[in-house]
Amino acid sequence: MKTLRFLLEKEFRQLLRNRQLMRTLLLAPLIQLILLPMAADYTVKNIAIAVTDNDHSPSSQRLIAKITASGYFRLAGYTASYPQALKMVEEDKADLALQIPAHFERDLVRENAKQVYVAINAIEGTKANLGGAYLRSIVSDFNDDLRVQWAVIDDAPQVTVASSNWYNPFLRFPLYMVPAILVTLVTAMVAMQSAFNIVQEKESGTIEQINVTPIRKHIFIIGKMIPFLVLGIVLFTMGLLVGRLLYGIVPVGSLLVLYVSLVVYLFAMLGLGLLLATYSNTQMQAMSLSFFFINIFNMMSGVFTSVDSMPGWAQAIVATFPPSHFIKIMRTVVLKGSGFSDIMPQLWAMAAIGLFLNTWAVLNYRKTA
Amino acid sequence: MKQLSTFIRKEFLHVFRDRKTLLMLFGLPIAQIVLFGFALSNEIKDSRIALLDYSKDAVTTRLIGKIEASHYFDIRRNLASGEQLNAAFKRGDIKMAVIFPQNFGDDLIHAGKATVQVIADASDPNQATTITNYFESIVTDYNAELSQNAQQPLQIRPELQMLYNPELRGAPNFVPGVMALVLMLVCTMMTSVAIVREKELGTMEILLVSPFKPIYIIISKLAPNLVISIVNLFIILALSDIFLDLPVKGSVALLVGCSILFILTSLSIGLLLSINAKTQQAAMMGSLMGMMLPTMLLTGFLFPIENMPVALQVLSNLVPSRWYFIIVKRVMLKGLGFSSVWKETLILTGMCLFLFGISLRNFKIRLQ
Repeated sequence: MKTLRFLLEKEFRQLLRNRQLMRTLLLAPLIQLILLPMAADYTVKNIAIAVTDNDHSPSSQRLIAKITASGYFRLAGYTASYPQALKMVEEDKADLALQIPAHFERDLVRENAKQVYVAINAIEGTKANLGGAYLRSIVSDFNDDLRVQWAVIDDAPQVTVASSNWYNPFLRFPLYMVPAILVTLVTAMVAMQSAFNIVQEKESGTIEQINVTPIRKHIFIIGKMIPFLVLGIVLFTMGLLVGRLLYGIVPVGSLLVLYVSLVVYLFAMLGLGLLLATYSNTQMQAMSLSFFFINIFNMMSGVFTSVDSMPGWAQAIVATFPPSHFIKIMRTVVLKGSGFSDIMPQLWAMAAIGLFLNTWAVLNYRKTA
Repeated sequence: MKQLSTFIRKEFLHVFRDRKTLLMLFGLPIAQIVLFGFALSNEIKDSRIALLDYSKDAVTTRLIGKIEASHYFDIRRNLASGEQLNAAFKRGDIKMAVIFPQNFGDDLIHAGKATVQVIADASDPNQATTITNYFESIVTDYNAELSQNAQQPLQIRPELQMLYNPELRGAPNFVPGVMALVLMLVCTMMTSVAIVREKELGTMEILLVSPFKPIYIIISKLAPNLVISIVNLFIILALSDIFLDLPVKGSVALLVGCSILFILTSLSIGLLLSINAKTQQAAMMGSLMGMMLPTMLLTGFLFPIENMPVALQVLSNLVPSRWYFIIVKRVMLKGLGFSSVWKETLILTGMCLFLFGISLRNFKIRLQ
């Protein structure tokens, strides 16, 4: 125990002495946490729409006015022909092209039904999805308006939908993004730095000095891990505070659940850092390896696109990524107030992955050191 | 010239000797393209929903049948009461709950109106909106069926067509993003770390006191990363054509030309970062914070730029990858020619010249 205490003293001193590193480690995530949620606003609004009105009737004018007044769409311009509108989509000047065919109003009155044509740039899936849905519901509202206005009696039975949004009734994006972004920041800082720290000792040769002392391997490893565990907890706390002060996010669930999950998560990620360190001889290698994993973790763990939309095999792969579990825990605890019993599967998964990675790392460390 | 070629050979040896780093350099783009291309999707289907049917009559049975028939929803029936709903939401078992109140069918037939209640888990706002909309469109279909006899009057029907990416796959958006990221990573991070490494190990001193010109040091440091990046570029393009069904629709020469321009810009940034960093760790953190983060943030492939605060939008104009991303999307996915990307190319050229000039001027030929 005494050895561990001395080791910890050494590690903390080395860490705190490196001002440049400490500044980056603490300030950089803070800046990111302030900037990222501002940028990560997936609210779909201001969809640019190019309109080809071949009818020029009062009805077509009103439909266009209704679409642009909805707040979701912004008129990018009128074009004389549909191909010109499509050209605007091609050039990214519009996201969506709407064509109102000639004789729109006349046919609507005569035949009771008429099509309008919509083409959406679907390279950005979410925007295309929502843009189409918004347009459909606006047109459906417009149909109702017309019926009222033209006093058409409509006595067919109707099922109506009363929808409500739980847990985030105002559909605020920061509520959803901040918890996940916080996880990615803790991941990047802690897993990468712990790998770096050990490899640095290898590269500068000081690890050999430690190897020849009677310090036991696991004590050395624990001594390396604890400072980064503390760093992770400090970072996480800072993140929660920023979320609270800047975005007014107060976790609905208990802080105890969050911090217990955090410690389990850090255990797993530090295991990964350690494992990568055992496989690297230079900082360059440690950097490449940890960047590889962090990048894939960040993209696949559900921060940006939902894990549920992935095919089964991909979901199975993602289940082995610790961040995917912690992100899920963060979101449910912060937004819905889930307790230990709700997040048990994720907690166990992280603990199992952590145990596996750490065991592997320790075994591998013995061989190479 | 002989000196230069010897040094370039030395740098190549350095890079190719380090198998682990090399594996990462080529492994990362391959893994990213395959994983992201196949796995990431914005399509929402088979959302798990809870169904509480307090009415259990012909109307609700018909509606439930319609819900089941759509591929949007996956119905979980194991919930008996409303109290269990909250628990199911908290465990993340369901995304939405649909509740048919008592006498639903009777109300519809006798009063001509019945209301079905829908509760969505809105922690992910866009997903909640989308699945609620899907549900509403099923109900609208059903209403149309109901009024078939009485032919519902005045119907405007939007005919929707999804351009470029009808299945709403994530790949078309991510492939250009991954290209920007990977080229940036190799060029900026590897370059700056490689140069600072020589400083840290003390070998830079030897290089500087040699009669070798500083400009040659720079060229020989940049050459391997340039080659690796170009190889990476072709790997990515080949993979996305073969596996993801995303061929280059426009001119390959144009795309490669613009990519080389972007690679040179990134190399200049790496060079610039290496000037101020003293340790490899500092160089790495510098490229992470100074380059990777703005690339992820302000390129437009993860976060929609038009929703950002104005200050960030203005800032995004300074990020080279933003322009490169636009070029790749237009040339590769839409098949447009030079006439529609000349502006972006010009901006990128300007940035490249500016950054390279600055880093050349500031490259220190002394250690202190």
